[in-house]
Amino acid sequence: MKKRGMLCILILTMASSLFAAGCGGGKDSSSDRKESLELLNVSYDPTREFYAKYNELFCKYWKEKNGEDVTITQSHGGSGAQARSVIEGNEADVVTLALAHDITAIEEAGLIDGGWMDEFESDSSPYTSTIVFLVRKGNEKNIKDWDDLIKKDVEVITPNPKTSGGACWNFLAAWSYWQEKDGNNEAETKESMKRLYENVLVLDSGARGATNTFVENRQGDVLVAWENEAYLSMEEYPGQYEIITPSVSILAQPSVAVVDQNADEHGTKEIAKAYLEYLYSDEAQRLAGENYYRPSNEEILQEFAGQFDLAMNLVTIDDFGGWDEAYKAFFEDGAVFDQIYAQ
Amino acid sequence: MEQQIVKVKNKRGVRVIPGFGLSLGVTLAMLGPLVLIPLASLFLKAGSLSFPEFWKVVSAPQILSGYGVSLSCAFLAAVVNAVFGMILAWVFVRYEFPGKRLMDGLIELPFALPTAVAGISLTYLYSDQGWIGRWFAKIGVQIAYTRIGITIAMVFVGIPFVVRAVQPVLEKLDRQYEEAATMLGAGRITIFFRVIFPELFPAFLAGFGLAFARGIGEYGSVVFIAGNIPYKTQIAPLLIMTKLEQYKYEDATAIALVLLILSFLLMLGIHSVQIYMQRFSEG
Repeated sequence: MKKRGMLCILILTMASSLFAAGCGGGKDSSSDRKESLELLNVSYDPTREFYAKYNELFCKYWKEKNGEDVTITQSHGGSGAQARSVIEGNEADVVTLALAHDITAIEEAGLIDGGWMDEFESDSSPYTSTIVFLVRKGNEKNIKDWDDLIKKDVEVITPNPKTSGGACWNFLAAWSYWQEKDGNNEAETKESMKRLYENVLVLDSGARGATNTFVENRQGDVLVAWENEAYLSMEEYPGQYEIITPSVSILAQPSVAVVDQNADEHGTKEIAKAYLEYLYSDEAQRLAGENYYRPSNEEILQEFAGQFDLAMNLVTIDDFGGWDEAYKAFFEDGAVFDQIYAQ
Repeated sequence: MEQQIVKVKNKRGVRVIPGFGLSLGVTLAMLGPLVLIPLASLFLKAGSLSFPEFWKVVSAPQILSGYGVSLSCAFLAAVVNAVFGMILAWVFVRYEFPGKRLMDGLIELPFALPTAVAGISLTYLYSDQGWIGRWFAKIGVQIAYTRIGITIAMVFVGIPFVVRAVQPVLEKLDRQYEEAATMLGAGRITIFFRVIFPELFPAFLAGFGLAFARGIGEYGSVVFIAGNIPYKTQIAPLLIMTKLEQYKYEDATAIALVLLILSFLLMLGIHSVQIYMQRFSEG
């Protein structure tokens, strides 16, 4: 187990490079009007497993519908870093990132047309997730809710919101819990957040890095994590971890968009759009659920009622006035996150 | 007349290296696109900030603490490397033992290994659950996710510098000096510090400087073992990365520029000492 784990981190770390999804392949001679279609999907850390399977599904669907083979290439990394790579010239046709803020950054660079959020259903978030706690089997420190995370002897693992999209969601989930509890008293909420981050042992730069710190290096008592990432760790190490759902969390909406300028240049706009639209199909929604993302389709979400805690009290980013405002208030230089670390 | 010209030409043609013009051309062609232009662009990009803006960025408390962590850990790592690098070089040059060649070759591995792999392996070993770290944890010493961990990663990447700088000088050192010193009644310690070490000092200092500079700029291996907590274990290169992730290119280059200037001053200082020492020993 140990050796395999070690190998895993090594591979994961180095696999921020590209890898091709195993479909496409031989060119179809009947459709030689176009050369084989290629699509590059630039995504964030924990979607590796989901998109590997989704790409197969989409390839099959596209082949049946249009008789064309398509090769889809995936790229994964911290959401912010991935957005930056697209701005700096990574030729992504579509981006599927952790939060709208990163897509807005690409929009501001002029690569994505305005109004992308309304292009697809549910604010262009085909699947959602939330923030939960992952603890070691037996839950020795008896962690039940956010308040238990600021106890003296508890060690917390969460990534740095300045570099990780997931960490922004973690921060806001915690904030909304104490905001509610303290009755909108910002000073008290800040104090609680300060104590939370005093308990943070390692501030990794991305969600996957934090998971590795918790799981492989066995650091900390609790990992504040994406729900899907937590389930994935449970699946990989059966019987070693437990998921704790806090009383208040946040509805994390990872967003998707066509990178208009690149897709126009590559002549892939049609298929790029279809690729994202098909995420809303029943098959894809079910696949998302099987990969521990919450499907945006209500009916299919209900099919997974046994898997997800649907009774959780979830705030949304709109409660913070949208991403632009939330980012300015909390994560800009000198904003709340910096303040709670300032001495 | 003609004969004379031929003579002059012959005289100049004696040089082994093919001409000053050509070799300087090659030098500039190499340095230009690979070193000078990228560094100049750093100045240009940072120059788009006004001086007060620049100052505000590089004097922010979190950034200052980042410089502090990088510099102090790199210095400590360089000192460790200097002492042990010297011993390693000594052992490799002066003694014969089985496996010497293999160990000698191992010294360069830190150069070849991707730094991220080194960082992940070190963290795995030195965390309080790791094979090595757990023994230290028992006596209450945390290695991974503290400045000790950062220093260890920097020691790892800096090992080759001092060893490889000192080794060739030590090999060439004439043993007759030591014999003469012994004949004149000098003890072992006196011989080392008064006879051998002054000869090695310039190379030793060069190795120290390289290891120090490498530590200041090291990112890949350190970031995994550091813990990255602001004001405690955040290194300056990580702060540069963080600024980049926030799309703040100018801020990132400003921090990088200060780091660059610090390293440059450091290397300049070391070179001056070397030159001074050389004059001193010649005069």
